[in-house]
Amino acid sequence: MSTSNSSNRQEKLSSVKLAVVQYGILLMVLALAGGLWRLQVLGAENFRQLAEANRIRKEPIMAPRGKLFDRENRLIVDNYPSVTCFLVREQSHNVDADLPLIARGLNLDLDQLRATLKRYQSSPGYQPIPIKQDITADEQAFIAAHRNELPELETIDVERRLYPRDGFAAHLIGYVGEVSEDDLNNPRFAFYEPGDVVGKAGVEETYDALLRGQDGSRDVIVDSHGREVGYLRTQHAIPGQDLRLTIDNDLQRAAELALGDRNGAIVAMDPRNGEILAMVSRPSFDPNEFAVKINRAEWNKLVTDPDHPLMNKAIQAQLAPGSTFKILMSVAGLQEGIAQNMHIVCNGGWGPYGFFHHCDEKHGPVDIHNAIPYSCDTFYYMLGDKLGIDRIVKYATEFGFGQKTGIDLPGEQAGLMPSPDWLLKNFHHRWYPDETLDVAIGQGAIEVTPIQLARAISGIASGGHLVRPHVVFPDELPPDFRKALIDSFPGSGTAYVPIDPQNWITITDGMAQVTEPGMFHTAGSAHLEGIDFAGKTGTAQVMSHEALSHAEKGRSSYPNTWFVGVTPRRDPELVVAVLWQNGEFSFYPARIGAKVVEAYVNKQRRLAKNLPPEKAPAPVEMGAVWSEPDAHGGPGDGSGAKLQGGSFLVANGQLAAEGGLKTRSQASQKQEAASRQPAAAGRSGRSALMAQTQSSTGKVP
Amino acid sequence: MRRLLSFRDFDWALLGMVLVLCVVSVLEIYSTTVHTRFASFESKQMIFIAAGLVGMFVLAKVDYHRLLDWSPWMYGFFLLSLVAVKAVGHKALGARRWIAVGPVQFQPSEWVKLVLVLVVARYFANLGGRNLTWKEIFKAFTLVGAPMALVLIQPDLGTTLTYAPILVAGLFLGGISFRQAAILIVCGTALIAGVWSSGKVLKPYQKARLTSFINPDNDPRGSGYQIRQSLIAVGDGGIWGKGQSKGSQTQGYFLPIPYTDFIFAAFSEEHGFVGAVFVLLLYFFILMRLIQNAQTAADLPGSLIIMGIVAVLTFQIAVNVGMVIGFMPVTGIPLPLMSYGGSSVLFAFLALGVAMNVRMRRFVN
Repeated sequence: MSTSNSSNRQEKLSSVKLAVVQYGILLMVLALAGGLWRLQVLGAENFRQLAEANRIRKEPIMAPRGKLFDRENRLIVDNYPSVTCFLVREQSHNVDADLPLIARGLNLDLDQLRATLKRYQSSPGYQPIPIKQDITADEQAFIAAHRNELPELETIDVERRLYPRDGFAAHLIGYVGEVSEDDLNNPRFAFYEPGDVVGKAGVEETYDALLRGQDGSRDVIVDSHGREVGYLRTQHAIPGQDLRLTIDNDLQRAAELALGDRNGAIVAMDPRNGEILAMVSRPSFDPNEFAVKINRAEWNKLVTDPDHPLMNKAIQAQLAPGSTFKILMSVAGLQEGIAQNMHIVCNGGWGPYGFFHHCDEKHGPVDIHNAIPYSCDTFYYMLGDKLGIDRIVKYATEFGFGQKTGIDLPGEQAGLMPSPDWLLKNFHHRWYPDETLDVAIGQGAIEVTPIQLARAISGIASGGHLVRPHVVFPDELPPDFRKALIDSFPGSGTAYVPIDPQNWITITDGMAQVTEPGMFHTAGSAHLEGIDFAGKTGTAQVMSHEALSHAEKGRSSYPNTWFVGVTPRRDPELVVAVLWQNGEFSFYPARIGAKVVEAYVNKQRRLAKNLPPEKAPAPVEMGAVWSEPDAHGGPGDGSGAKLQGGSFLVANGQLAAEGGLKTRSQASQKQEAASRQPAAAGRSGRSALMAQTQSSTGKVP
Repeated sequence: MRRLLSFRDFDWALLGMVLVLCVVSVLEIYSTTVHTRFASFESKQMIFIAAGLVGMFVLAKVDYHRLLDWSPWMYGFFLLSLVAVKAVGHKALGARRWIAVGPVQFQPSEWVKLVLVLVVARYFANLGGRNLTWKEIFKAFTLVGAPMALVLIQPDLGTTLTYAPILVAGLFLGGISFRQAAILIVCGTALIAGVWSSGKVLKPYQKARLTSFINPDNDPRGSGYQIRQSLIAVGDGGIWGKGQSKGSQTQGYFLPIPYTDFIFAAFSEEHGFVGAVFVLLLYFFILMRLIQNAQTAADLPGSLIIMGIVAVLTFQIAVNVGMVIGFMPVTGIPLPLMSYGGSSVLFAFLALGVAMNVRMRRFVN
């Protein structure tokens, strides 16, 4: 139509050009088909795997940790279900921009969250970073509601540790925590991954390999938003092995209550086989704080506390044993044929080398039979002088002083048995005979741990049969684990040091006299009627007499006090070692030990007669009056004493609650004074009981 | 003079192939959206196709010579509407491309394509196929360059690029000489290099999108993500495909916008190499059929119109499928007749309508 106005015009397209276009299109289609061939035929397998990796996420299934039971299969440590939140950096476009929202939603400190992520800077982006443990239902809802905005957040169900409250057996059980970056570089933790929970102290640490089990995993099908749309394969977790501990809940409780909040430790053991029946250390801590991530303030409080709450003093406190060492001295003296021939007169001390060594009292005539109950220093100065340091060291070493016992708990200390060689090597001076006199009464450089003392003294009471203490029954462990365990906890272990039967009887009878009321007997007030209860007290100065006279008066200058008791006196079934740091008078720990022994004997008798456990009677309200002696007054000095009164609720022999104490501010002074004051304790049975029960429950106002 | 027009001369074979593609498209849109909030997009697509068919038949009835006569007016109108979009348009996904006309959202840039085909065909037909002068070449560049510039500032890089093949086809078929073409290619390369390095015309995200296809793993979370997921989807399909609605990349939403720009990746995952090559062959035969129609057209303008349409379709197929399989950058160009979208479907059918129009009048004179 309108195109025909010019005849010289080309009316058709050149067919050559059209052919060029056709071939061009053919070429394009072939190129595209070639591209498809490369991807879909040649690369199919590779891309199929990539698609699977996109679609399938491996989710760990945490193995529940093995539970802990006491020797009678009563549950001590349980698990509870909990949810942990992880952050996977790869799943977000901009993690840093999301952090403020995450911190707000999960109630985290933003700086701390940033620091957490920084620690994982070098790990790959798909590595899940645990950012909060044990999140609340609200926080879970926050994560669910922000799936699209915060695709990097993941949650995972875990079983978490539930420990007894109030730090019950806390040091023995230990605690678990997230494996640290440092740990991960340690070959021992080769099988652990970030975020894994590992035992960090006590039984939890020693038996971690058994308790932890084996985590499983599940292949979850997810979409690009991380929503789970299905499951594929599930590899079930293998739960950790439950463990039966050797401790007896009843005795542990008795020991916990007996020690109260005093700074110290109790260890109770069966000397026949080394089974630990109770182990207490004070001050304690709450392991549940560690089960979830412990916060920094709480941690700082624990590590800076001068009384070292995290230290298991039963195996880690190394202190001079004081007079408890005289049992070892007696063995050495009798076995060497010296002590039985010594008949001395104590005039309040002895000073053959120019320096006068004091005795607490003027005991008058003393021989080996009353030297133990009197704890007469003069006798042992002379015995030590006759024995000489080398023979003392020989016996001490045989009975395990200066060596670890090999208990299956981490961090045991070896103590210290000084010797001339040791002194020369470390202090480059010769051994003076005066130093032998100090060692002879358990003072000077000698250091022991409560567990060491319990093993040594119960070994002596067992006629020289020494055992390796342990908190888990070895025959309930897999054989290879048991072997590895013994290798990894070297110690003096099981040993037999023969003691002449006559000497054995002499010593054990002497120890039995300690708790018999009598003139100069050091722990007469710890007497238990109808129970064959033997023991030895110890008091170790924390400062020299000179230093003490210059130092300010205060708790920290009080001597450390010890008591090691056994029942019955020969071939005992139970040994109890009590340490009360700065406890001042050694009959206090003796009374604490007596309570544990009493609880043990009562339970054994009840079981023998097949009686039901005591039912706790309803609390009874009691009134009490006591006198408060002058705080700086000596024993028996009643001047300045004030009369105090108060009411208490007493249940089952224990203080349940306390009523209105008159003059509360004075009450605490009274409390300390009364518990230190032998005169007050002796004067009124009632007030002594009240004072004792009150402090033993730890409710000092 | 003119034989009675009849739909017997309509290209039923071409329409048949197009409808097969439409069925494939609707099925794949269903598959990719069924479990999402975009469910029922396949019904909307069917409505678009129906509307497109109606538009195609209507447009086939109007003599293309009249369309050519009107085309300068339409060209002027759409240039103005592009300016209007920039001024008062509706902002979606960071770009002003849409303008609301009553209840209908209107994207003029798609329509410009068709108008450009007509205008360029008219321009080169009037030149009569002889050798071109530089002035005439410059005029052709201005003709196409003006709407390109307006669309580029929307910004819509993909649509902008689809205008270029119209110009290239017009110049090639309209009589450009080898020497002129060589000079233009050299100058064009220099210009592109200059624009790229100046960093003013292209936005950073556009540049990132254009380069990430070369190595998508450089930035697997950013612009490389789409390419990477697309490659995985295509490769995951293997020879026979995962089956309808069974592609994990598609169904797990790893593949971005699987019902529009990446529909070919979704289809390739679910129907494999066999299905993908089948679709490619359909496109090939459709294009061949169109070129045959251009060959048999009654006059030069008719041929040029169809070849303009062929150029646009070829370019879009090459760029879209090339993008899906990692040969081309991500440009946001839909796959004609497959991707979901009213404007895209309407353009394809109206373009086919014009091509039918030319074919039906091939025996005129």
